Order: sequence, then structure tokens, then C-alpha cells
Amino acid sequence: MSDPVTARTPADVTVGGAAVDGAPGDDHRLVVEDLSVRAGRLGLVHDVSFRLGRGERVGLIGESGSGKSLTALAVMGLLPEGLSASGSVRVSSVDHDLVGASDARLADLRGRVLSMVFQEPMTALNPVMRVGDQVAEVMEVHDLASGRDARRRAVELLAQVRMRDPDGVARRYPHQLSGGQRQRVMLAIALANEPDVLVCDEPTTALDVTVQAQMLDLVVRGAAERDAALLFITHDLAVVATVCERVLVMYGGHIVEAGPTRRVFTAPRHPYTRGLVRASDLGALGVDGTDGSLRRPLPTIPGTVPPAGAFPSGCVFRNRCERADEACEVEPPWDGLPGDGAACVHPYDPEDTAAPGDTAASEPGGVT
Amino acid sequence: MAFQLLTRTATFLATLAVASVLVFAFMTVLPGSPAQVVLGVSASEEAVAQMEADFGLDRPLPEQYWDWVSGLPSGDFGTSYVTGAEIGPQIVDRSLVTLWLVGAGMLVALVIALPLGTLAAVKHRRPSGTVLAGISQVGIAVPSFLAGIILISVFSVTLGWFPAGGWTTPASDPVAFLQGLVLPALALGLVQGSVLSRYVRSTVLNVQREDFIRTARSKGLRSWQAMVHHGLRNAAIPIVTVLGLQLSVLLVGAVVVERVFVIPGLGSLLIDGVRNRDLLLVQGVVMVLVLAILAINWLVDVLYTVLDPRLRATA
Repeated sequence: MSDPVTARTPADVTVGGAAVDGAPGDDHRLVVEDLSVRAGRLGLVHDVSFRLGRGERVGLIGESGSGKSLTALAVMGLLPEGLSASGSVRVSSVDHDLVGASDARLADLRGRVLSMVFQEPMTALNPVMRVGDQVAEVMEVHDLASGRDARRRAVELLAQVRMRDPDGVARRYPHQLSGGQRQRVMLAIALANEPDVLVCDEPTTALDVTVQAQMLDLVVRGAAERDAALLFITHDLAVVATVCERVLVMYGGHIVEAGPTRRVFTAPRHPYTRGLVRASDLGALGVDGTDGSLRRPLPTIPGTVPPAGAFPSGCVFRNRCERADEACEVEPPWDGLPGDGAACVHPYDPEDTAAPGDTAASEPGGVT
Repeated sequence: MAFQLLTRTATFLATLAVASVLVFAFMTVLPGSPAQVVLGVSASEEAVAQMEADFGLDRPLPEQYWDWVSGLPSGDFGTSYVTGAEIGPQIVDRSLVTLWLVGAGMLVALVIALPLGTLAAVKHRRPSGTVLAGISQVGIAVPSFLAGIILISVFSVTLGWFPAGGWTTPASDPVAFLQGLVLPALALGLVQGSVLSRYVRSTVLNVQREDFIRTARSKGLRSWQAMVHHGLRNAAIPIVTVLGLQLSVLLVGAVVVERVFVIPGLGSLLIDGVRNRDLLLVQGVVMVLVLAILAINWLVDVLYTVLDPRLRATA
């Protein structure tokens, strides 16, 4: 598949050394430290820490149930009723911590400083409100434009996400648009107020493959034009490889590996990451340096993701891991640099590039 | 949308026509000739035949039906076999009274149900929400005639705040009219309000969990703003459905409540008609009730298309 996004390199979006004033300093748009999410006594996300720089594109990957979406919702302050967050979430332009802030303060930030595109375009828009009004609303609620001005800006934004006939689309209702068009409307809403941080939760998963590439290109462009940091959640490794410079791997509510996309995908250190890479079809994209034309059954990670609360103590992956032993019964320390390493007692050697399927071809993995 | 309005109206008229045939047929198949009923069992055959000829009851049924139904659009419901009075004016008078009663009852139901249901939904995880849900459960269990009797014994017999019954027209004495309307409207509305509040609660709960509410909050709206700007209109769609059904129930409930409060409405007229074996009168009242219920359904259909753009035909 020819993908307009692959042509982009991180250099396209790097900003010339402009320091950001105030907390949290450096060039970081978003700093998350020890973020945990609990449902009563049940821990769902554990001590997640990461930083997003200006214009940086970071992927958050993992199987369903690994805590990716909860992490994103906690950052947005949009956790469902009954869930609570602890730890620290800070954005560069705001002088207070987002965790524990009042809903009024958070509402002021949402849609302006932080914005989000959700996974399901079919239900994310209000079915009884015209599309243009829904885009205009995000500017009106923050008093950044109003009335006719907001409507005119909404049409401009719809044009920016390459909607044909943006005037006509603005007057339509969501049910009159396709899934891809609706997702572009969501993106127009998210980008309307020039946010510092854009969170995308599987924005292309529900879309046809043919419109995925365009959507990804629009997300990357939209974030780059605004110099926004992008947190991109997906379980599609090929998407991460084309969109993100850095990647965080989540399993069981923990970040188990982090690092530059190329390093993580070509030389994964955590056995879980290695399993993910082997189970994906990255070879077809040539990311791991092997010949994509080789056709063989994809190896799978044995077992399934346990339900929340049923993960083993110590290393959360040890019940599915081929390398696990007694040493894994205590929580593994982080091995490597804060932004490039893995939480594993028995990581794979960085020199040992994981050629997908080299071992699994002879002994097919468990069927999940 | 205009096309849909047209088809809905056509359906409404067609249903009304079929209903008129059914109502007429029901009254005709009742045993005994109306003349026999009026004159009594001891009447001679000649007298009965004479009376049937006078009222045109000896003509073929289709002709009688046409005679009756063709007068309806102009408000001519025929002349009572029993009292000899014009039926149309009576029905109009009584309909107005019932309309006031049902309207006030609906108002009471809405005033109770919308805040109570919304509050119960918002606080559904707290004890107060459970208490609110419990109150509405009790309300559902009390039939409206019992509510009427309890209201009378408390507010008119014991406290003497409102009259126990009777009816004053709004034109002659507005204050007495309102005073007389309070208790019957409460008797009707309390029960319907309890039922409605449960629908409001579950609807609001469902809408709160919708993705577009989360989207609205991600745009910077507070949860109550998201609920007001995005939730209400979406919640209105299922609530309008229930409201339509409840209006029909209220209309029937009014028959009983009018009896309890001695109100000269359509219900009292119907019961009088049945007691006096005034078949033509009963036929007329039933026809008006059918018309009202069909009109409510038509209105609900039209409201759907106004509220929900997905139901409008698109080119």
C-alpha cells in the first residue's frame, strides 16, 4: 500500500529549539508521572510515566485490555464514573496538575489545550445536531469564536480535513456522512482550537483500509501544523510504524517497553513486544528488514490477556512468557534509559534482532 | 419531510375511517333494537316498528352508517333516541371539560417526572437516587381513583383547601375553576408522573452513557452543559413515545376520575349514555375518544421527524 505518511520523517516536524516557558520545563508538551487508574480496589493502570515533546508523535500500543484507552481518558480527565486516577498529568501551558483538578478547570482545558479523537466515529457525534454546529461549538464553548464567525471557521476546518463541499457538509447531519467523513469531522473538532496535545484513540480502527491512510495523513499533518504533541493509541503496529517516532508498549496496565519506533520494532527487548512484533505483519512493510513476500502463518502470543485483576503478581506477562522464571515473581525494574528500555528481568539482547517467526515457524505458537 | 407529513396524515384519516366502521358495527351487533330498548319490553311490535321507521332504523345498514358518518365532520352526531336531544353540542361541551382535565393531568405528570427522573438518573449510584426510584414505584402502585379518594379525604374533607368535586367553567369564575381542577389533575397526574419518571430516568441514564456526550465533554463542555445541549433532544425522542401512550391512558383514566370528582366530562357522558342505553350517544363519545387517540399518535409521529433528522426522508 502506498502511504503518504511514510514519506514524512521526524525532521519535518522538529521545531528549532524553542524552549517552552514555565512548568514542566524543557520542551515537553505533556508530562505524565506515575499515573494510575483504579476501580475501587482494583488497579487498572499502574504507575505509567511518559513525556511528549513539541510536535512529537508517540504511539501507545498493546492488545485490547492493556489499559491504553484508560491511560488516554485519564490524561483527558474523562474517566468513566467509578474510576479514579492518581499520579500527575501536566501540560506545558498550564501551571497546575490535571489529576485532582476540579471539573470546571479541566473542562476549560479540554478541547482547547488537550483534545481527543475517539475510536468509534459512528456514535461519537450527536445525531440530532448539524455537523457544522458541532465543529463551531468547540470554539464557542471556549469563547474563541462565536456566531457567524464560528460557523465560517467550522467550514474552513472542514475544508482543512479535505472534506469536499465543506459548506454542504456543515449543514448535514452525522448520519448523512460516511465513517471516514465523520472521523474527519472529529479531527476538525479536535484541531479547531490549536491544542498543545492531541490524543487519538484508535482513530482508524473502525475505518475501511482505503480511507485509513488519508485519515492518518490528516492526523499527522494537523498535529504538525499546530506543533501539537500526538499520543496515538492503536493495536496496529503498521500504523505506529508509519505515524510515530517513539512508541510505548503497554500490557496489563504497565508500560513494559518504550523507545524509538525503529529500535522497538527491530530489536524489541521485552518478550511481550517481541511477541507483538512477530504476530504482526510488519515484514510486509519492510520495517524489520525481512522480505515481506515470505508467506507463512503469523506466530501468536500463547494464551490470552487475563481480565483486569487476574494478572499475575510481579511481572504481569510472566504467565504467557517463555522466558519467565522465579526472578519474575517480583515486579521487574526498568532496564535502560527512561525513554528507551523495558521492564523485564530477562530482556532480549539488543544485538539479537528479532527476525519474525524464525523460531515460531518450526513450533507454531498457541492459538489465541 | 412534507411527503412524510402527507403520508402520515393519510394514514391517520384512513385509520379513522376504519375505526368509524368498527364503532358503528359494534353498536349495531348489540342484541335488541334501540327502539325496543327505549320503549321497554312491554312495548307492542307496532310501536317498535313505528319508532324504528321514525329514526330510520329500518333502512339498510350501509345507508344508516353513511347517514351517521357523513354528519361527523360537521359535528352532527345525530339525535339521541332516548332524550331526543342533539348529541353534537353535548359532546363538544363535555370534550372541553375533559381536555382541561387531561391537559392539567399531563402537566402535573411532566412537572413531577422530568425533574424527578433526571435527578434519579444523575444520582443513581447514591442512596438519594434509590429513594427517588422507590417513590415513583409507590406512585405506580396507586390507581388514580384511589389517589382521588385519598386526595379528597385529605385536602377537601380534612383541610378544606379544595372542593371535593364539581365543575366551574373557566369563563364564569376562573379562581373556582382552578381550585376545582387541582385535585382531579393531581389524581390523574401523580400516577402518570410516577410511570413517566421511570422512563425519564432510564432514558437519561442511557443518554448519559452515549459516546457523543463524552465527545461533548472532550470539547470542554461541563457534564451538565453536555446533558442540556446534547442530551435533552436525544432523550426527548423516546420520552415523546411514552408521552403519546400516556396521553391515551390519561384520556381513559379521566373517565374514572370524572366519576370520583363529579365532573361533567366526556367520561361522565359515556357512563350516562351506557346507563340510559343511549346507543347513538355512546357511539359518538367512543368515536371522539378514538379520534383523540389517533390524533395523539399522529402528533407523536410528526414530532419524531421534527426531533430526529434520521427519520426524515433525504434525497
